[in-house]
Amino acid sequence: MSWVSKTLSSTLGRKLLMALTGLFLILFLVVHLAGNLQLLLPDGGDSFNVYAHTMANNPFIKVVSIGNFAFILLHVIYSIVLTQHNKKSRPVAYAMSNEGKSSTWASRNMGILGTVILIFLVVHLKGFWYEAKFGTLPTTMIDGESFSDIYAIVAAAYANIWYVLIYVVSMGFLAFHLSHGFASAFQTLGLNHVKYSPLIQKVGAGFSILIPALFALIPIVMYIQSLS
Amino acid sequence: MNLTLKIWRQKNNSDKGGFKEYKVSDISKDMSFLEMLDVLNEQLTEKGEDPVHFDHDCREGICGMCSLYINGNPHGPLQTTTCQLHMRSFNDGETITIEPWRAKAFPVMKDLVVDRSAFDRIIQAGGYVSVNTGGVPDANEIPIPKTIADLAMDAAQCIGCGACVAACKNASAMLFTSAKVSQLALLPQGQVERKRRAEKMVAQMDEEGFGACTNTGACEAQCPKGISITNIARMNREYFSAVVSNTELV
Ligand code: HEM
Ligand code: SF4
Ligand code: FES
Repeated sequence: MSWVSKTLSSTLGRKLLMALTGLFLILFLVVHLAGNLQLLLPDGGDSFNVYAHTMANNPFIKVVSIGNFAFILLHVIYSIVLTQHNKKSRPVAYAMSNEGKSSTWASRNMGILGTVILIFLVVHLKGFWYEAKFGTLPTTMIDGESFSDIYAIVAAAYANIWYVLIYVVSMGFLAFHLSHGFASAFQTLGLNHVKYSPLIQKVGAGFSILIPALFALIPIVMYIQSLS
Repeated sequence: MNLTLKIWRQKNNSDKGGFKEYKVSDISKDMSFLEMLDVLNEQLTEKGEDPVHFDHDCREGICGMCSLYINGNPHGPLQTTTCQLHMRSFNDGETITIEPWRAKAFPVMKDLVVDRSAFDRIIQAGGYVSVNTGGVPDANEIPIPKTIADLAMDAAQCIGCGACVAACKNASAMLFTSAKVSQLALLPQGQVERKRRAEKMVAQMDEEGFGACTNTGACEAQCPKGISITNIARMNREYFSAVVSNTELV
């Protein structure tokens, strides 16, 4: 085995990949949210449609989105590898365990939280990414030019209360995943320091509430708009 | 105090094992937990039964030999060693569940005794320093800043009890290994083997079958010596920088 593959198959190496892909996904969440918030602009979806069009046709964004899919896949694969390995490391469970005293629930259930996020991702990609890429889309005229009306697809989805509920609940799971994951990734990278760790923990706590809350706000507002 | 003890009994490594209940009475609140078990074992011996096997040595909280998963916590409800735990931490009439450390790398040998030699092998893999032979060196010949000496001493507090492994949902030995890596990596004396130490000790830790780290922090919360998970971050730094910079293929 080369030193690279040997390192990446060690417990520390695998965790390094989890942390790096996790941090990339965190960055992606911010960019994605910034784009999505345009759904709430009161212009009938024009800004969002122009934005979606630009994203879909920019070669740089294409590369990033392939990388994004690869990183999600890596994150999921390594989460399975690590979780299985960790389960095997304790073949006989304790009859009585008081784990809740010494660690948070989220930190002990990253696999369950991640699995729900994964199911959400599949539903989400099927509903929007797949439709936008392979479906037949309605079109809309903006400033005399024809654009795919992705806003209409999103608005239709968010008029469905079940869709909205799935979104909001999933964002709750994402919040818990991030409440542990954000600071944990820095610890994995070895970034634990008296000067910076308190800040990382605070930013992580804020991030894990704010970002999922804003994501969840979009379907809620659009559902209410659909009622009138 | 009168107590009901639910204790894991297992004849040997290949036996399936199971819980057995025992009653002990007139236990003093000032007894240590191990003395309470001594009372039980006296009863069992008098009845001609096999006494409960458990590990212990110094009974002063310094050797790391005692263990026991008591009522769902390694070393019981306080952040101390089992030998330093007293019966005043329990209530009269209580049922106390006592289990061995559970980890693939710590096989149960008999009852509550587990084989922790995996830790010895991790130390053997790299927990040493080169020392020159010859004349006696002068004291304080090597300057070490107080802050660094303190950090190294904090890491060196680890007594190798294995409570961190027992507490971790992944049965991970990161806290132990990182304490051993840190105490030497921090000091000038530990620089010669610094890179190979990090690589070798991590490799041995993996080979023994301990789990990976999810950074839950349970180890730190349950360590009787208060070893901090900042040591785990340091071990990660040591390991990653060693892997990319070491000219020796380990
Ligand atoms: C947007 C989506 C996601 C983000 C931002 C994210 C982020 C993170 C971060 C930052 C960590 C901490 C890494 C570390 O401790 O070093 C983490 C851990 C983890 N993630 Fe995710 N994740 C996402 C999706 C998923 C999915 C879809 C799964 C699984 C199906 C998953 C499973 C896990 C697991 C099991 C861990 C803990 C691994 C361990 O035991 O150490 N995550 N995630
Ligand atoms: S780190 Fe703490 S719990 Fe782990 S072996 Fe050392 S003293 Fe025991
Ligand atoms: S018997 Fe030595 S530390 Fe408990």
